[in-house]
Amino acid sequence: MTTVQASPVETPRETFVLNLGPQHPATHGVLRVKMTMDGEYVVRAEPVCGYIHRMQEKMGENRTYAQFLPNTSRIDYLSAMTCTHAFVGAIERAAKLRVPPRAEYIRVITSELNRISSHLVWWGAFLLDLGGFTPLLYAFDDREKILDLLEGITGSRLTYSYYRIGGLYNDVDEAFLKGTRQFVAQMRPRLKMYRELVTENIIFRKRLEGIGPISAEMCRQYGATGPVIRGSGVAYDVRKIEPYSVYSEFDFMAPTFPEGDSKARYLVRMEEIAQSLRIIEQGLDKLPAGPVMAEKVPRILKLPVGDYCYAVEAARGRFGVRIVSDGKEIPYRVKLRSPSLSNLSLFEEASRGMLLPDALALMGSLDLVIPDIDR
Amino acid sequence: MNPKLPPSIPFQPVDYAAKGCHFDAVIAADKVVEAAALLDGAGFVLDTITGVDWMAEGQMELVYDFFRLEEALRVAVRTRIPRDNPEIATISGVYPGANWHERETHDFFGIRFTGHPDLTPFLLPEDATYHPLRKDFVA
Repeated sequence: MTTVQASPVETPRETFVLNLGPQHPATHGVLRVKMTMDGEYVVRAEPVCGYIHRMQEKMGENRTYAQFLPNTSRIDYLSAMTCTHAFVGAIERAAKLRVPPRAEYIRVITSELNRISSHLVWWGAFLLDLGGFTPLLYAFDDREKILDLLEGITGSRLTYSYYRIGGLYNDVDEAFLKGTRQFVAQMRPRLKMYRELVTENIIFRKRLEGIGPISAEMCRQYGATGPVIRGSGVAYDVRKIEPYSVYSEFDFMAPTFPEGDSKARYLVRMEEIAQSLRIIEQGLDKLPAGPVMAEKVPRILKLPVGDYCYAVEAARGRFGVRIVSDGKEIPYRVKLRSPSLSNLSLFEEASRGMLLPDALALMGSLDLVIPDIDR
Repeated sequence: MNPKLPPSIPFQPVDYAAKGCHFDAVIAADKVVEAAALLDGAGFVLDTITGVDWMAEGQMELVYDFFRLEEALRVAVRTRIPRDNPEIATISGVYPGANWHERETHDFFGIRFTGHPDLTPFLLPEDATYHPLRKDFVA
């Protein structure tokens, strides 16, 4: 037992340690948090990471670029498209491969579908954290349609490995194009229903409004990105600030909310679903014809000596890859910068002095994916 | 030179289209904390910290990536330290977010960050005595 000095009262308060996880329904995946508690109040919440660490970066150093590609679908398993995008993007940059426009458009469409499906899982799980069971069923109903669409073209429901070095695994078919249009049309009224069912619910609002405030400065100091920083009023979105692929050809917004509380982060993601639908629609309208693989992608790929970086806006924020090449077939170093790690790193500071159920609401609003942290 | 960059860090322009980075600086290991403080003052965000083991040269490289929130401006600060005594001052006093990145780099490379508040294993098991990204590591 340790004691902490509680001001202004002089008597030392007795604290106890509450162990949250690594197997606990409130933590989503195997995250453990050692919580030092003063009654119901959090004195210190220390995340303990690494329970599903797989040493992805070592695997990057003992196989070729193409052989490592499937691993990139297994980092943030809810946002696999974007992680793969960053990896192939860095290689294409280094090898000076020209990806055909049709492939880039399909990358944008599938990445945004993936973003929506990821946000839907978060939405359902977050409300489950807060004690509402029903929304999860709606969310998974809508997400199922996306998974079916992506399964049709990639053969996989989560670990897509759909983007290949220089293009795509295969072209999209008519069923995908038609189904995606249908999904966009169906999803808009569903968002309205989500709003009426949950967002305007008074109990829900009381659980989130003013809870877990995170300042823009705290985000900057910890490197928090994605909906976390946009919920603190900063319009930082890699798609906007450092546009990659063909995102600069699309008309969309990076929604921000200035309050910095859990509600703001909630609203950012809900608005992002609407924006992703806009992007998908434009992509379908403008989809150019042509091949989906670059010409002459070498079978044995060796990158010129040097460092190559590529960053994308994953569902949770900035996902970056740094490849160090020594000119051989196998990368010398593959560094994966994941948004969940930086977003979680501010939790200890942000949760200090909060009530336990509020701290869990804050944690849920960060939208953590543990394999993205542990890699 | 970009006016957003602190002039006392020796940044060299990099071809963004080819490399994905705008500026790169190689500095001495004892200047890293100072450089981090300058970049912090200039409003940069610490992206990540990367170690690279250059075993043949007997050196460990550290790459500190920074970016800005307002515009496309990515910079990298690099330094090298001896491989047989890899030690460097922590920048977690400047950027609290560096804490976990440095713990991870310590896990993977055995680089000791002096002054770090808690250099215990982060992703590796709590009793780990190995550093898997060192090039001489054998599983």
